[in-house]
Amino acid sequence: MIRFTHVSKQYPRGGPALDDVSFHLNKGEFAFLTGPSGAGKSTILKLIYVGERPTHGEVRVAGQSSAVMTRSQVPALRRRIGVVFQEFRLLEDRTAEQNVAFALEVIGTPRSQIGPKVARVLTQVGLAAKATSLPHELSGGEQQRVAIARALVNDPLVLLADEPTGNLDERATRGIFQLLRDINANGTAVLMASHDLNLVRTTNYRTLEMNHGKLVYDSGAAAPPEPAPGAPPSGATDTGAVA
Amino acid sequence: MNLAVREAFRAFNRAPMLSALSVTTIAFSLFAFGLFGLVAVNMRAALDQVEERVEIRGFVAAGTAPEATSAAVGDIAAFPEVGSVRLVTEVQALERARRELGEFQDVFEAGILPASIEVRLREGYRDPETVRTIARRFEAYDFIDDIRYGEEWVEKLYNMRNIATAVGITLGLIFAGVAVIIIGSTIRMAVLARSREIHIMRLVGATDGFIRAPFLIEGFLKGLLGGLLALALTYVTYTFVGQYLVQATYFEPALAVFGVLAGALIGLLGSAVSVGRHLRRV
Repeated sequence: MIRFTHVSKQYPRGGPALDDVSFHLNKGEFAFLTGPSGAGKSTILKLIYVGERPTHGEVRVAGQSSAVMTRSQVPALRRRIGVVFQEFRLLEDRTAEQNVAFALEVIGTPRSQIGPKVARVLTQVGLAAKATSLPHELSGGEQQRVAIARALVNDPLVLLADEPTGNLDERATRGIFQLLRDINANGTAVLMASHDLNLVRTTNYRTLEMNHGKLVYDSGAAAPPEPAPGAPPSGATDTGAVA
Repeated sequence: MNLAVREAFRAFNRAPMLSALSVTTIAFSLFAFGLFGLVAVNMRAALDQVEERVEIRGFVAAGTAPEATSAAVGDIAAFPEVGSVRLVTEVQALERARRELGEFQDVFEAGILPASIEVRLREGYRDPETVRTIARRFEAYDFIDDIRYGEEWVEKLYNMRNIATAVGITLGLIFAGVAVIIIGSTIRMAVLARSREIHIMRLVGATDGFIRAPFLIEGFLKGLLGGLLALALTYVTYTFVGQYLVQATYFEPALAVFGVLAGALIGLLGSAVSVGRHLRRV
């Protein structure tokens, strides 16, 4: 569903952010994207939601290629991708449900459908009782749940999470991580960037490790495309990439 | 209500101070432009008034048959440049002189002043060249003794009008340019204040057109309000000047409406440019 083929990215100012990265993420898969700060994790996520374009190589998402995609085709693709960030990025003057509804309103969803969809997704993330709270009235973990609800409300194929637990304490981190696992169990692929190695090690999900813009390790390189949660680690040790 | 309109009004509600500030800034830049406009309109009106008095006067030789002068008046009236022709007989000339120069009325005796044909030109034909051409045609009549049309005066007036037009256009463009820049910057502030919203809209797949719409409406409304406020300010100034300084002319209603709409249009364009630039960057 997401395929990187020899992708390099060079920002106009600054060194190479990505250097010849190739991998493939299957439908419904859960994968970690790890590595130190500046390794290229966020750049990979940006290339997926077309916040950036590759300098070389090709990124294919849901059958659409970065090489031929026009600017006007980008919104349609983004409606099939959910994105959450470390700093939540909620609109401070809107309640939890208004923040989620906003994502539906701006893509022209009929009003009659917005209410039920928002209620369903807020229940899914465990925030039905706080639907009318403003972001500053919520804890960090709860704000991130609102952000996840907003990302999920359009039933995306994949949820991209850029350090979603980076600002949270351990308890909230566990809660958010469990929520992402539940979302994945319902069939949504999840690609989660994190430098929290403890979190990564507690599971046996596929791990893509980045360093200096290169993909230096892919635990799923020899593994079946959709590892079942709780299954033993794939045991892959080579640093090659699956194209 | 349409979402774009709702979002535009929400922007006003959410940041009332910033919105008031941008409307006031727009109003004052348009006010400066409006004041200049008032000066230009009044100068033009004054010049028009003076120009209306551009007149070619041909003095008729004594003893000319009335039929000849009447025929000439008919001919001259047919010239396309000519607005009106009037024959002033010797008697009428004397009466006028006595009326206008009351204290010297005893000096004037019958027969002292010649009859004359007075020609006023149509608007747009009062330049020195046309005046000279008509004067020459006038001279061709045998019975015309002398021609007066204040050659130097017409030349000076014409130059003054040219200078006023050039200065008017230059200053007008500068004022309009400054207004556009100020309004553009104010709207850019509004766009930057909402960059997070724009970012989220893009992230969840809103189209550029959809993102632009509330900003365009907001810019249009701010321009419109700024324009109305500027109009009110110029009216207050006009009334004040009329009361304490000199009697002035105000904008004609159509021009006033045009000015307000121009403010709204500048707001719309400023928004389009600011949002467009922002969207290209994010």
